[in-house]
Amino acid sequence: MNMSYHQARWARGDRLEPLVFELSSKDRKGIRLPQKLPARPEIPDELIRDSLELPELSEPEVVRHYTRLSQMNYGVDLVFYPIGSCTMKYNPKICDELAALEEAAFIHPDQDEDTVQGALELMYRLEHFLSEIGGVSRVCLHPSAGAHGELLGMLLTRAYHSSRGEDRSDVIIPDSAHGTNFASGAMAGFHVVIIPSNNRGRVDLEALKAAVSDRTAALMLTNPNTLGLFEDEILEIAEVVHEAGGLLYYDGANMNGVLGKVRPGDMGFDIVHFNLHKTFSTPHGGGGPGAGPVGVVQKLEKFLPVPTVEYDRKRRRYYLDYDRPESVGKIRSFYGNFGVLVKAYVYIMMMGPAGLREVGETAVLNANYVMRKMADVRGFEVKFNGPCKHEVVFSAEPLKRETGVTARDVAKRLLDYGMHAPTYYFPPIVPEALMVEPTETETKEELDRFVLAMRAIAEEARSDPEKLRRAPTRTAIERLDEVKASREPILSWRMYKNRAKL
Amino acid sequence: MKKLGLIVNPIAGMGGRVGLKGTDGRDVLRRAIMLGARPVAPDRATAALKNLAQVKNLVLIVTCSHEMGEDEARMCGFDPQVIHHVRSGETTAADTKEAAYKMKRDGVDLILFVGGDGTARDIYEVVGGDVPILGAPAGVKVYSATFANTPELAGIVAARFLTEGLPVREAEVMDIDEEAFRKNRLMSELKGYAKVPYEPVMMQAAKESSTGFDLADQKAIARWMVDLMERGRMYILGPGTTTRAVAEELGIYNSSLLGVDLIMGHKLVARDVNECQILKKIENIPATIIVSPIGKQGFIFGRGNQQISARVIRKVGKKNIMVVATPHKLSTISTLRVDTGDPELDDELQGYIPVVVGYLQTKMVKVTK
Amino acid sequence: MVHQYIPNVSKIRKQMMDEVGIKDIEELFADVPQEIKLDRELRLPPPMSEPEVRRHLSSILSKNKPFTRMPTFLGGGVWPHHVPSHVRSVIHRSEFLTSYTPYQAEVSQGVLQALFEFQSMICELVGLDVANASMYDWATALGEAALMCARVTGRRKFIVPEIISRDRLSVLQNYTSGAHLRIVKIEPEKDTGQLNLKKLRREVDEDTAGVYIENPSYLGFLETRVDEIAEIAHKVGARFVVGVNPISLGIIKAPGDYGADIVVGEGQPLGNPVNFGGPALGIFACRDDEKLIRQLPGRLVGMTTTRNGETWGYTMVLQTREQHIRRERATSNICSNEALCAVAAAIYLASLGPTGFRDLAETCAANAKYAMDGLNRIDGLEAPVFDSPHFNEFTLRCERPGLSIEKFNRELLKHGIHGGKTLKKEFPELGETSLLCVTEIHTKEDIDLLLEAASRIVK
Repeated sequence: MNMSYHQARWARGDRLEPLVFELSSKDRKGIRLPQKLPARPEIPDELIRDSLELPELSEPEVVRHYTRLSQMNYGVDLVFYPIGSCTMKYNPKICDELAALEEAAFIHPDQDEDTVQGALELMYRLEHFLSEIGGVSRVCLHPSAGAHGELLGMLLTRAYHSSRGEDRSDVIIPDSAHGTNFASGAMAGFHVVIIPSNNRGRVDLEALKAAVSDRTAALMLTNPNTLGLFEDEILEIAEVVHEAGGLLYYDGANMNGVLGKVRPGDMGFDIVHFNLHKTFSTPHGGGGPGAGPVGVVQKLEKFLPVPTVEYDRKRRRYYLDYDRPESVGKIRSFYGNFGVLVKAYVYIMMMGPAGLREVGETAVLNANYVMRKMADVRGFEVKFNGPCKHEVVFSAEPLKRETGVTARDVAKRLLDYGMHAPTYYFPPIVPEALMVEPTETETKEELDRFVLAMRAIAEEARSDPEKLRRAPTRTAIERLDEVKASREPILSWRMYKNRAKL
Repeated sequence: MKKLGLIVNPIAGMGGRVGLKGTDGRDVLRRAIMLGARPVAPDRATAALKNLAQVKNLVLIVTCSHEMGEDEARMCGFDPQVIHHVRSGETTAADTKEAAYKMKRDGVDLILFVGGDGTARDIYEVVGGDVPILGAPAGVKVYSATFANTPELAGIVAARFLTEGLPVREAEVMDIDEEAFRKNRLMSELKGYAKVPYEPVMMQAAKESSTGFDLADQKAIARWMVDLMERGRMYILGPGTTTRAVAEELGIYNSSLLGVDLIMGHKLVARDVNECQILKKIENIPATIIVSPIGKQGFIFGRGNQQISARVIRKVGKKNIMVVATPHKLSTISTLRVDTGDPELDDELQGYIPVVVGYLQTKMVKVTK
Repeated sequence: MVHQYIPNVSKIRKQMMDEVGIKDIEELFADVPQEIKLDRELRLPPPMSEPEVRRHLSSILSKNKPFTRMPTFLGGGVWPHHVPSHVRSVIHRSEFLTSYTPYQAEVSQGVLQALFEFQSMICELVGLDVANASMYDWATALGEAALMCARVTGRRKFIVPEIISRDRLSVLQNYTSGAHLRIVKIEPEKDTGQLNLKKLRREVDEDTAGVYIENPSYLGFLETRVDEIAEIAHKVGARFVVGVNPISLGIIKAPGDYGADIVVGEGQPLGNPVNFGGPALGIFACRDDEKLIRQLPGRLVGMTTTRNGETWGYTMVLQTREQHIRRERATSNICSNEALCAVAAAIYLASLGPTGFRDLAETCAANAKYAMDGLNRIDGLEAPVFDSPHFNEFTLRCERPGLSIEKFNRELLKHGIHGGKTLKKEFPELGETSLLCVTEIHTKEDIDLLLEAASRIVK
């Protein structure tokens, strides 16, 4: 493979781009404010601050600094981003443009309902779209992210059992689940019961049956699971839990693998969570903002957070309903990440029903194609037989046994081939795991390039393993001393200056 | 300048290749050599030492002469200090113990040994918990938790322990009955707990880390156990560091690490008891057994805690058994096992049981025979 | 139909299917139980092209009245400030916009450094040493702060002022119910609205994990006796938590300088549009105290060198914190955050600089005072309701009998002006009162219009 690629790199002395504080020069300013009005606020002297240290730069300098920083950053618009369970698909630009319209961005949540009917209508429609896609009866758009949605799911579960006078303490979660699942259960005060996967990589029904009891509040599951495998015994699983009186919670991280083909609500889930920044293509933004709406079956509707968006047929207007006595209350301020909701709405309108189904089908085809092509690359193996869904987990154990290089080394070297690394060491039940989710927006050519790169890296591992251990070398910066970073933390400019003094 | 004690057991692992299980005892060793066995340990030693090469200037190797360490160290470019002289070709377990004793006296920071369970046991008998030890596996019997997964990893961990500093945890030292082992029966006993450097897997780029620090996990388990304890109930604590953490959470610092203790009402009622004493104490009191899996085989009953006999288990009741284990511990065993001596009871204990792995966290683990 | 975002079409698709060894895509879904397979298309509107969706969305959104076209005096948790164009254009660079959480530090130095700069600037604003790389919003940051106080002290009581946004209170309760924390409210002094210190002293005890105040408060007034409150909390070993609108910190003293151990707040006004309430930007900062940092939730970016020590770079640090946090009752689960909004805030603060930021705060306060004084002069109106200094939000009470605050606001709307937020539901004891907010985007004309309309309505 032609290796003339190198990530953009701005460098000056012993750092890449200097810190913005280091570019500061007295009296420079990057924003001009309007004139203030003639009035003197009466703030007592003891409450007035004496000094503030912020950098002083003009607008061109600020723009240049952050633009340079942006160049030293991978994004889906630049490279293939096969991070498992993250669904890094292309983000349509029309979504960003419409979300930035004045009528969307410059409205206040406390405005009189008559002045924001458009916003309420959009949210109402989006709720209905998601209800249909998820197979549930009602959706709440409040949660800001996956983990936030999980917390809501747990609160709804508690409210439900409480309302029936039942004290249920256990939440069952498979060992392959995302770490936030366990944390959300514990945060809501539940006792987390972890069940192992069987030798087919799916939920062990025997273990599940042993785990359920009259203390079972819920089972948290993602389907397809984190190994990219469909839980084909889902109907039995649902029955076991429902019979014990528990609820089923769906973690929507992997919805891309079943979009338009089967709905979580139809699988038996009572609470269905969606990741708009994954399945519905809103941009990840370097870690947020996202949105994690949660849908429920009818019997749980009354517990949803306030306010809900309702439509008054008689007066032909949308309104916010706070009069919900059994609601769990609020899990965040206002009504959700509206700026993100608009983008998801536009995405769904652009795709249409056939388009969404094609998303599901192509995502799965692409992943199976990668799995098939990787079968010819010596050094990686797939632990479980049969077709995968939208993601596939490889184990780099054979390569490790042969050459000593780890999954992390392989992933770091992939950065040198102009691609982002897949997730590694997750799920923990696969040794030297590499979790690959190509998504439906990648071309066959790019997938072929990925396989070629993995083959080349495996060869390098055999002939010159140091190359992998030193990787990456064609990125803006080489491997950082993460141990030192945690042992001697420098977490702010202040701390950095204090260090320099020593 | 850090000091690294190096002990290579040259005959460890020689039995395996030729189908013999272990090389303890002169006769077995002679048979092995006759069957064409070649020494395995020296290669493992150099594999480990290669990963220490980059810290050569920061570490002084203190070792035995000839094939028990000096040869391998020199081959890897070190200039070791010989602290114990052996007769080449005629080394024994006594040499291992002698060397370990001298290293302890000399104040080494770590003893890196290349060998099997027997070597680990020999060294532990001399240094106890006073000197951290770390094993590079080169034996057939490698059940002790004092070993790194590979010789290379042992070298890497040793290097990091000596230069950067790593946390230290307690790992089981198993004493395998050699005779029984050769007759295909695994009867291991818990010898004690050695101090071993612990390198947590660093997974910055993975979405979530799955292994944490053992000690913190033990404390979390202990905290929950204590939350659940009822007054008026007797708690039978099996051996191990996790059950010890439970006792310490109650403010009891003199529980026995290798024995079975009885606790009630947050007080230590009896220490290091046998079966009879247990049965007497729980005659008319409801009781709960708290045990931890022992050894890489994962025995919750039958190894190291035979005092908790079938009679005790039946008296207490299956429902009142709580198994505790850190996630790290569980990651080293595939299933749990029982060997109560009562085959019917063993059968009844099969299936999935909840194991407490953290605060408000249990994991369903399979129990097999 | 060929979709513009799905490149593997017809012939290529067939090629791929051949390689995988299937004839029909359904073979890849054979393990889905037949009875639940969707045998129909999803019931959604048919797909639109870009021009069609633009028209569609415009027609829906045209039913909104943005506050940029009508003088609007709303605040209360998100505040309307000017978002500089260069901030918007830079964060829309696709390297920032379409990147993932920066787990691979080597290829994510852009986001990492920007977040480090955000953390640093927040530290400067609030006067503390460590800030995380953002939380969802102020309310959830408060919830997390209460949990953190509980983890650090091992105690169960968390004290808050009675005058706190009802939304934030509800979120706080939902965040802390799992850990069985007790939320206790302290009454205000009737005239000033500020915390009743006598009642606070009586409530604070050995079981108090933390004491929380908002400064400026939800209803706009400033707490003047913050030093005393800090002392009361610290005397029993409780942590002092302060919630802020960061814009106020242009003139108001940094909470870190008057004893705060943890500061939370809403970072939305720093370079992010109001967006109907979300995305928001939760601020979370704490003192450089080993006990606190180990329990700090959320992501942290640290500075370090490459392995060879030659170059400085940035990486996410202290992920072992997550282990510590997860071993306790009162655990946290935050994973993703509001990174892009944090980057926008960094660009915004870097552009304002210290004098710009102070000017901004002074302008907001001055404009608000101008409006407050003008309204107060009108017979039948009282502004502010509380006898305390205010920043840029204040309460307005309608004292004309027969004129409810809802009617007042409705009449204002008829004049093309949007009044403040009615407080009747949250604080019925305050009567016909609303909460108004004034910022640098309000001109003299806007406010004079408000004053004129108000005086007409009240007559």
